[in-house]
Amino acid sequence: MTALSALRIADHDTHTHLDTHMIADWLDIGTVDQLPALGARTLPVRGGKEIAIFRTANGDVYALVNQCPHKQGPLSQGIVHDTTVTCPLHNWRISLIDGHALGEDEGCVPTIPVKIDGGRILIGRKEALQGMA
Amino acid sequence: MSQKPHLIVVGNGMAGCRAVEEILARDPNKFRITIFGSEPRVNYNRIMLSPLLAGEKSFDDIVINSEAWYADNGITLVAGDAIVAVDRAAQTVTSASGRTESYDRLLLATGSDPFIIPVPGKDLPGVITFRDMEDVDKMLAAADAGGDAVVIGGGLLGLEAAHGLALRGMKVTVIHLMPTLMERQLDEAAGWLLKTELERRGQTILTQADTGEVYGDGKVEGVRLKDGTEIPCSIVVMAVGIRPSTGLAKAAGLDVERGILVDDHMMTSDPAVLAVGECVQHRGAVYGLVAPLWEMCRALADSQTGNPSGYTGSVTSTKLKVSGIDVFSAGDFSGGEGCEDIVLRDATRGVYKRVIVKDEKVIGAVLYGDTADGNWYFDLLKKEENIADIREALIFGQAFASGGALSDPKAAVAALSDDAEICGCNGVSKGQVMACVAGGATDLDAVRATCKASASCGSCTGLVENLLALALGDDYSGERTVKTMCKCTSFTHEDVRAAIVEKGLKAIPEVMQEMSWTTPDGCSSCRPALNYYLLCAWPAEHVEDPQSRFVNERMHANIQKDGTYSVVPRMWGGVTTPNELRAIADAADKYGARMVKVTGGQRLDLFGIKKEDLPAIWGDLNAAGMVSGHAYGKALRTVKTCVGSEWCRFGTQDSTGLGIKAEQMTWGSWMPHKFKIAVSGCPRNCAEATIKDFGVICVDSGYELHIGGNGGIHLRGTDFLCKVATEQEALDYCAAFTQLYREEARYLDRTAPWVERVGLDYVKKRIVEDEVGREALRNRFLYAQSFLQVDPWAERASGKESFLHEHIAEIRPFAVVGGAA
Ligand code: SRM
Ligand SMILES: Cc1cc2nc3c(=O)[nH]c(=O)nc-3n(C[C@H](O)[C@H](O)[C@H](O)COP(=O)(O)OP(=O)(O)OC[C@H]3O[C@@H](n4cnc5c(N)ncnc54)[C@H](O)[C@@H]3O)c2cc1C
Ligand code: SF4
Ligand code: FES
Repeated sequence: MTALSALRIADHDTHTHLDTHMIADWLDIGTVDQLPALGARTLPVRGGKEIAIFRTANGDVYALVNQCPHKQGPLSQGIVHDTTVTCPLHNWRISLIDGHALGEDEGCVPTIPVKIDGGRILIGRKEALQGMA
Repeated sequence: MSQKPHLIVVGNGMAGCRAVEEILARDPNKFRITIFGSEPRVNYNRIMLSPLLAGEKSFDDIVINSEAWYADNGITLVAGDAIVAVDRAAQTVTSASGRTESYDRLLLATGSDPFIIPVPGKDLPGVITFRDMEDVDKMLAAADAGGDAVVIGGGLLGLEAAHGLALRGMKVTVIHLMPTLMERQLDEAAGWLLKTELERRGQTILTQADTGEVYGDGKVEGVRLKDGTEIPCSIVVMAVGIRPSTGLAKAAGLDVERGILVDDHMMTSDPAVLAVGECVQHRGAVYGLVAPLWEMCRALADSQTGNPSGYTGSVTSTKLKVSGIDVFSAGDFSGGEGCEDIVLRDATRGVYKRVIVKDEKVIGAVLYGDTADGNWYFDLLKKEENIADIREALIFGQAFASGGALSDPKAAVAALSDDAEICGCNGVSKGQVMACVAGGATDLDAVRATCKASASCGSCTGLVENLLALALGDDYSGERTVKTMCKCTSFTHEDVRAAIVEKGLKAIPEVMQEMSWTTPDGCSSCRPALNYYLLCAWPAEHVEDPQSRFVNERMHANIQKDGTYSVVPRMWGGVTTPNELRAIADAADKYGARMVKVTGGQRLDLFGIKKEDLPAIWGDLNAAGMVSGHAYGKALRTVKTCVGSEWCRFGTQDSTGLGIKAEQMTWGSWMPHKFKIAVSGCPRNCAEATIKDFGVICVDSGYELHIGGNGGIHLRGTDFLCKVATEQEALDYCAAFTQLYREEARYLDRTAPWVERVGLDYVKKRIVEDEVGREALRNRFLYAQSFLQVDPWAERASGKESFLHEHIAEIRPFAVVGGAA
């Protein structure tokens, strides 16, 4: 077996497949400029829960499980403002920083740690795979 | 002499020499010192390369340590000879020229290397970085030769290079990948102001522009963006970022991550080797500014002279060195829970100030246009001072906040003199506002109407309200009763719409600046409204912001509760053909629609389509001649019709035909809310025209026009507007009414509440009685339609904004790599 921890097979915008059967703390999922400002893109996890990767106006990047704590709305499709995303289904506001519902609503969605290195987005492997059976 | 331990410094830059200075200041006899520098000159102030390029300084002005300094302190300077290898076991270094020296202590201060984006053509002559004197010389030579320059990177360095080159007479284009300039240091609002100012000065700023290649035959001839745009130029300055220069350390086997790892005393993983400056990584952080270097050098010298203090990391602040543009930022301005933004905008002076407060402490500041208080905020930030007492006055700056009556803003305005200016936009003094209140104005609206204070940018609203409270005491009813657009602004929908038209505002950040938004980038309630108001006011010129659209409009499909989408192709007037039906059936099969339903709007809805499949299904439907039904939009939805005179024994006119014409005229139009039309062929009204936004009931003698109906949450029958004789008139009135609604209703008001608010008589006056006005409204509608009638599906199917439909990547935890043995 190769010693590579996370292997990026296709290096492009569409469907970079990350094979992660080895031990890596961080997974490289692409570049920051692949994310629309004040928007998000999705990262499906085979056998796990889809992740939403957000970019704020400052260019900061956050990752949450792509499921609203209310009724599983796809948070990736909501409107991003400041460090909050408003769920597209019933307008709950969710903090990108810690995944908590803001205001009157209560609930929390798991966050995945993100770091940026030379314009590339790295997300925490353990947390990315946390929803897996 | 030779008994003294030998300190070799690699890097004759800012940190290396400063470390030596700090050591000498503590103990001049501690080391015998040799400095190797790859640059063939003495130590100079790198940050002054920008003013040097701009022609504001000469090299002599920016030298920090002249040759005399090296001589006086017995330092051997080996300039123009880089160290190429370190042998830690033998404790020696070897230079490019082959010189080997042994050390007792080694100090690595190698700085950073400019990052070069790996595009074709990056090695062509004429591609320059901006790091040292050589680079500046190359830029100056290019400027002398004349021609155009492209600067890649809209950060500090790039903008300073662009500024210098522009002053040297070159036509400069800045290419920046991100949507706003200096996004690491500035928020969106300040970045936008900066861009506007640089453009005013003649630079071309391309944001969200991705460099594809540098082209040219043997030398740079231009830059081609990934979208195909070509920008001819004779030099390309790459200023996209820096990387700690760690090659030497890595080869020597020292611990290196992003930078050379050091402890609080700047010691690397080898106790005989120290490192300082931009090349190091300390407690996880690497720095690209000088302030942290000074602190590192102090800690290094303390520990080397037996008095260890320890470096604990730095908070940094940034200033842009472009003359006439004041930009300052410090700390954390990403916001988030528990953070509160205090924003002050003064459009006439071009000022934007934002201070971020958390737990009663300043944690960040972004200032544009007026940076006088930058240091004060930075000081509050570094000292983590509790600002609860000066909270109200904080944003007005140090002078104001410490001007005596600190805690009470009312006391602060009471203390102002009568001729103190309250409203900068309209030049209204405190005395005038007080006179206006004495003259009977008892609330903000009255003050705005009489003396114009706070009626322009609104940034003095708080001051005016405090003056009202001061003058009226208990009689002041407090905040206004009018509903503001949202919590981000003190203005109403109408105020904002009027300003957009009067001031010619074309982009969301521009509105936010002019109207003094109190949040940096709005909220999910004002952003979609602003986007709509702009596109309605300036159909040809507004800057569309897709991220300010609700999901359905962004995806051109209705999101379902399980996150899939429904797809509704347009069926003009509810009429279809066998071919269309076949294409719909094929699409339903091919994309696995889980249900096909006849909607209440006389067309077919395909449910359960995946977001990834949307462009493809649209492509298929387009191929069969169908376009988007906008079943998702605040837009023209459906035009319901009945069979009418063509078939029905009671039909008086061709209601189906009129409905189709109406739909062809109005489709694609964005509205404050959804808009539905129906045409019935006789008063039996099978198309339910009397619960539509615009309804037509055909009669023998012509067409009865009805408005403001709603079959939704609050059932409302239409009001009768008037009767017209011809089909063309029916269409013209329809266009005029639609435009009146588009131009005057608040975002998210259907026609029913809007008509109730403005009154049927008002609508009649505008549409029925004022013939010229009606004609003008109709023409404005048709003009707007000339931009809006573009099938969004066709655009997406051809690949536009494809990222909206594609995953960024996919994680397959159990896949086997390549299947190799
Ligand atoms: C598909 C359809 C129901 C159907 O199966 O027939 C439908 C489906 C929805 N309607 Fe409707 N409405 C549909 C005809 C109607 C009608 C009947 C009509 O148009 O003649 C009405 C009453 C007439 C009217 O609008 O005045 C109607 C009044 C509403 C309302 C209440 C509007 C109001 O002003 O009170 C909403 C809520 C809203 O828009 O905020 C709504 C909202 C919705 C939404 C968009 C809810 C949402 O935001 O997700 C539903 C989307 C379902 C989906 O996932 O696709 N729908 N909806 C009909 C699509 C018509 C079309 O071809 O485009
Ligand atoms: C144009 C420009 C404007 C700037 N403006 C600002 C500003 O306004 N404010 C601010 O805070 N900061 C600014 N900076 C950043 C600031 O200049 C740096 O943070 C600072 O110079 C870093 O110091 P250093 O000693 O770590 O690196 P440097 O000053 O780069 O010194 C490193 C030296 O080591 C030499 N070297 C590298 N490898 C070897 C080797 N193997 N052998 C021998 N020598 C070697 C290099 O040639 C270089 O001379 C600016 C930088 C630039 C380029
Ligand atoms: S009536 Fe309610 S449930 Fe039915 S489609 Fe309309 S919004 Fe959805
Ligand atoms: S599912 Fe997100 S708000 Fe209801």
